[in-house]
Amino acid sequence: MTMPYYASPEQLMRDRSEYARKGISRGRSVAVLTYSDGVLFIAENPSSTLHKVGELYDRIGFAAVGRYSEFESLRVAGVRLADVRGYSYNRRDVTGRVIANAYAQTLGEIFTQQTKPFEVELCVAEVGERPENDQLYRLTFDGSIVDEPDFVVMGGQADAVTGHLRENFHSGMGLSDALEVGVRALSAVSPVTSGATNGGPTRLTAAQLEVAVLDRRRPKRAFRRVVGVALRTLLGDESPAPDAREAEPHAEGHHAPSVPEPGTPPGLGDPANPDTAGGAEPEPQD
Amino acid sequence: MNESSAGRSGFPRAYLDRVGSSFTDFLATTAPDLLPGRRPVPTLPVGDIAPHGTTIVAVTYEGGVLMGGDRRATMGNLISSRDIEKVYPADSYSVIGIAGAAGIAIEMVRLYQVELEHYEKIEGLTMSLDGKANRLAAMIRGNLGAALQGLAVVPLFAGFDLDAAPGTAPGRIFSYDVTGGNYEERGYAAVGSGSLFAKNSLKKTWRSDLPADAATRTVVEALYDAADDDSATGGPDPVRRLYPIVYRVDTEGAVRLTEAEVAAVADTIVTERAEADRQNMPREATQQGGRP
Repeated sequence: MTMPYYASPEQLMRDRSEYARKGISRGRSVAVLTYSDGVLFIAENPSSTLHKVGELYDRIGFAAVGRYSEFESLRVAGVRLADVRGYSYNRRDVTGRVIANAYAQTLGEIFTQQTKPFEVELCVAEVGERPENDQLYRLTFDGSIVDEPDFVVMGGQADAVTGHLRENFHSGMGLSDALEVGVRALSAVSPVTSGATNGGPTRLTAAQLEVAVLDRRRPKRAFRRVVGVALRTLLGDESPAPDAREAEPHAEGHHAPSVPEPGTPPGLGDPANPDTAGGAEPEPQD
Repeated sequence: MNESSAGRSGFPRAYLDRVGSSFTDFLATTAPDLLPGRRPVPTLPVGDIAPHGTTIVAVTYEGGVLMGGDRRATMGNLISSRDIEKVYPADSYSVIGIAGAAGIAIEMVRLYQVELEHYEKIEGLTMSLDGKANRLAAMIRGNLGAALQGLAVVPLFAGFDLDAAPGTAPGRIFSYDVTGGNYEERGYAAVGSGSLFAKNSLKKTWRSDLPADAATRTVVEALYDAADDDSATGGPDPVRRLYPIVYRVDTEGAVRLTEAEVAAVADTIVTERAEADRQNMPREATQQGGRP
């Protein structure tokens, strides 16, 4: 027999917030930074298949921290919304704002109406034609939505990472500089590097990172994962042997804009872009 | 799509429910009116008032596969379009060409492109080439009712098989019938009104070990031969600078050949044919009025 009880709405909301915050703070952090050619996602994620970063649409990417099953279902919902909207209107009518709003509403509803809130924090990022048009929306478990300039940090020790980035980040950095700053900020708080003072590793390596970019120079689908040799080279992990020197221009060439399909009718997409795939991009072989 | 279904009150239930990877299946539950196969079928034959696309040709070559299409659409005895495009990239490594009712076919191509991209985004993997061919068959099957009223859509699908076993040809071609039957073709295939003539041409010119440029020539030549004998197939049009559309799919992915490349091939063929024709028909005969 349960006791009838009364809890004030304030108390209920406080409890839920605390619950969600605890869940999120257990996870590792994700940083989303703008750079000169787009948006860079860096996640500390040892898994190469359970992604924290994903593609939503042509110019829109997604990053999340927290409980995987929960943010994965939100990611799928975002892909569905984007594709249904793009199919029934036009590809240009899919914007980050529409998707971020849907996330905010959904998270807010779940937070107020269900006993257990989602333990997730999301970022919806969109690249524009020019750097000033890039958008980063940060969404929290209670459905709050914030439009952030420059960068968004989520997860375990977001405050410490944010502090680190405030000191070192400046807008308009190149890709390798932005990656360097982001990885240093994540490394500073990561449990993996906590033994650095005792001779442990001081920086996260390519195997512990999930990195992707939204590159505005790419003609249609801007999202690209940076994996394998390309990532190691960008991080400077690869010894500067002759083959690594070659790998650098190769990595650059990999996301150089390919030629847009001439004469494709406006209603039809042109996915004829060899290295377009969201997650299936074959690692460059060398 | 219902505007209130997204935005004002968050995602509808179905968006967050079961994780399926098919865009078509998802639309079938959330917005069936957007699917081409879910509309009332016309009760009378309407084939003559709907533009129809005509000839599509595909050939394999040593490094992959090529697909080309002419630029004509017809409506009964009229030419409804001289510059229609009937070959499209389906995704990075496959192309689709369409013959039949153009409106439905282009809608189907759009849906198919989203279907493949949707799967790729949700699964994080590209669908296998056979999987892609089967998804297309399902779409054609849904159109059978309309096909019987003169709105048939018959595609040709070709792609580069990234999973091909070493030693086997990576370029593969699939043809379809109106009932959704899916057949893998060996070497070359053609669909549409001029396909008979195009296939006859390919029979003589195509060989399995051709390099890309020679194979491109067989495609353009097959379309030229189809246009020669089929009124619904358009030949190369140097006056308006309209040439067939040709896509090449190889290890680099699907690439559309530039207009200049195709024009060069087409002009060579036209010049050679004209030369051969002059040799077969002596000048005196033509000056005196030719054959009776």
